Amino acid sequence: MNSSVMNSSAMSRPSRTGAYLAVELAGAGRHPAAWRLADAAPGELFTAGYWTGLAQLADIAGLDFLVIPDSFTPPAEGPGAEATVRGRLDAVAIAARVAPVTTSVGLVPAATVTHTEPFHLSKAIATLDFVSTGRAGWQPSVSRTQAEADLFGRKGVAPADVLWREAGEAVEVVVRLWDSWEDGAVVRNVSTGRYVDRDKLHYIDFTGEFFSVKGPSITPRSPQARPPVVVHLNEGVPDGADEPGALAVAGRWADAVRVSAADLGAAAEARTRVRGSVSDAGRDPDAVPVLLDVSTLLASTADEAARTADRLDGWAEAAGQPAADLSGSVSWVGTAERLAGLIGDAVGGGAADGVTLVPWALPSGLRLVADELVPLLRERGLRPAAAPGGGLRDRFGLSRPANYFTEAGV
Amino acid sequence: MSGGMSGTRKKLIHLAAHFPGVNNTTVWSDPASGSQTDFASFVHFARNAERGLFDFMFLAEGLRLREHRGQIHDLDVVGRPDTFTVLNAIAAVTTHLGLGGTINTTFNEPVEIAKQFASLDHLSGGRAAWNLVTSSDAFTGENFRRGGFLRPEQRYDRAAEILEVAKEWWDSWAGDAVRADRAGGVFVPDGAISPVRHVGEQFDVRGRFDTPRSPQGYPVLLQSGDSDPGREFGAATADAIFSRHGTLEAGQAFFADVKGRMPRHGRRPDDLKILPAATFVLGDTPADAEERADHVRRQQVGGQTAIAFLEQVWGRDLSGYDPDGPLPDIDPDPQNVSITRGRVRHERDTMALARQWRELAESKRLSIRELIIETTARQSFIGTPAQVAEQIDSYVQADASDGFILVPHLTPGGLDNFVAKVIPELQDRGSFRTSYAGPTLRDNLFQNTPDALAGEALAGESGNLSG
Repeated sequence: MNSSVMNSSAMSRPSRTGAYLAVELAGAGRHPAAWRLADAAPGELFTAGYWTGLAQLADIAGLDFLVIPDSFTPPAEGPGAEATVRGRLDAVAIAARVAPVTTSVGLVPAATVTHTEPFHLSKAIATLDFVSTGRAGWQPSVSRTQAEADLFGRKGVAPADVLWREAGEAVEVVVRLWDSWEDGAVVRNVSTGRYVDRDKLHYIDFTGEFFSVKGPSITPRSPQARPPVVVHLNEGVPDGADEPGALAVAGRWADAVRVSAADLGAAAEARTRVRGSVSDAGRDPDAVPVLLDVSTLLASTADEAARTADRLDGWAEAAGQPAADLSGSVSWVGTAERLAGLIGDAVGGGAADGVTLVPWALPSGLRLVADELVPLLRERGLRPAAAPGGGLRDRFGLSRPANYFTEAGV
Repeated sequence: MSGGMSGTRKKLIHLAAHFPGVNNTTVWSDPASGSQTDFASFVHFARNAERGLFDFMFLAEGLRLREHRGQIHDLDVVGRPDTFTVLNAIAAVTTHLGLGGTINTTFNEPVEIAKQFASLDHLSGGRAAWNLVTSSDAFTGENFRRGGFLRPEQRYDRAAEILEVAKEWWDSWAGDAVRADRAGGVFVPDGAISPVRHVGEQFDVRGRFDTPRSPQGYPVLLQSGDSDPGREFGAATADAIFSRHGTLEAGQAFFADVKGRMPRHGRRPDDLKILPAATFVLGDTPADAEERADHVRRQQVGGQTAIAFLEQVWGRDLSGYDPDGPLPDIDPDPQNVSITRGRVRHERDTMALARQWRELAESKRLSIRELIIETTARQSFIGTPAQVAEQIDSYVQADASDGFILVPHLTPGGLDNFVAKVIPELQDRGSFRTSYAGPTLRDNLFQNTPDALAGEALAGESGNLSG
């Protein structure tokens, strides 16, 4: 759990000067003992107040987006499980609940595609875009385990390449459904009596290896038309290695990619692979930022951070919890000052276009991001002085997308 | 059956607010009509319903756009947002209003529904409500990977079993599972999460659920079937039933029938609220209200809409007929019942209905459009605020219902006047609350019967429905 060695020379190509900055909000934080800290709120984890508090901190800090992880994975069992946070709420629900009380931060819930219907996901994310007036995104995830499959009882487990082929189809269906209503389809023409121009509604008629979906969506085109798709390249992969299937989905569909890497050198290599995959899909790699996951334990002094880390690790050890793999990625225990340096190195050296912070402990880990890290990054020209207006696509410099059905002349 | 009245105390009226939906009841052509999808419309509607101390707001659902004569039906509102997502967002801008929606049981799995309702209930502090609907049509199934597979006679079996499994998931976490005991180092003790194993006709699932028990335990359960199995299902499991019985006599008969079934399921009549759907038009004088009501009906049933209604019954292309002229002289085509798809059909025998309509049109000398207005668009309550309050109150006090789910014709302001003018009249009559009874929907829906809150007592009973 120590910070990794930074190697700023391992660059693949020059990069932008600014750094994308996102945060993952997982329960009480990524460390299994985080809920025991005095400034944690373990009794509040399943309340709206807890999540609106976190989201408003991210909003105030001017972060580009927050990610809410999710899965159907059953609560932990075995040694140390009692001392682990068990239970979670639906991530799209949390994102919708915080949308009306935040103003600028992008809202990116994870939603699994392995056992769920892309038709439902499409309208859920489009609706998140309506209720957040254009700040929705989506992180599609796969369900790998037999335990998850058993909750549904409809199919067995599949190897990673199959799961990601299926996920690719699911994302395609979701995006086609978003396009199934053209802009301006609702005409409300009183003289003809027509509420919609049905020539602007499209059957998607998708037929793939895994399922077929007719369309159109029941939900009109949302403010952003296509909320950004964020692919976490090696989520849940024990050794942090790329999965070719995930890389292909990222290349074709991602508007931003999260990578986990052990150090900046590995991050730069991962970024190069992502850019290659995006190019292979016929897209512009400069339009798809790669964000490195950095798990963080921040404190005002390095000593204090180290003491907190020791306390957390001590609790975990005493509870018999297995040594935690905090994100399978670069980890930082220390001051915001040094973390700002790390982020500058990562972006300046071409290892990443930004970072997704994965706090060990919440809400404390986010408070220092807002109070100390972001002001430092602003001083260094790595973050804008104020949160820009507009939606999440605007954060990524994405223009309004063309519609597949008008583009293709369907 | 007295509906639990004691002494001279009046029954408390329960009201729900139906967000205007995608049929011709919703008048989109009016200058006052706003967006059906922008969140601001939902905020306006919800806050107004909460100002009026309604029990809950309600969102309907349809998972495929309606089609008529092979094309997407474009005369009514088309399209709406996702139910769960809107309700969670509405939770942020309200504090006591219940948040109800239809969620189809055919195209969802129990574990997903259980997690989504538990999440909504947590994030709203106990205000979630679920209207269970089961569809059997392959038309809607084309939007889903599992397709349309359900035989019509399996509908209530599916509904009962999905509810049974959802309850198993919800019950699998002890109510006090989350200890969050820092000093003892126990977040959730072992044994507080029970594994679920369910093998039935529809589902074969097992495992441990990942969402803690929510404030209400289960969402408030709503139901809307009118068939015999539908009534039985409602009497056994529902917290509220949406019915469609407009007249006092039909309402009383339905009320007595459903509440009479409840003791066999170990339930008391007060454990279930019967809320017919109702429309209303307010005016400054009785004549003004009648005039407005007539105007609204003509907005709801334009000439093309009248023809489309007739085509649903006739099963034929009638676009050549004049809506302001007489009914077609040709007979319906009884084979072609699927001219309209993606819409709930309430009539089964279209030949008989056509005969009935023809007789009505001839006796009253009605044009096509006048006939459709007469048979489909007459509002439940028309009058001054005092008159409408009187009608609603007398209907409820006569045990024809426990209240109503109001379906306004305008988005988003369709309930504004009702809340401003009728609610105070009902309060003056002593038959409507002046403040919410508690933070959860169950607290408010069962305001008169606080001891009915023992949800656990009902938990084990759904098994007798799935056999």
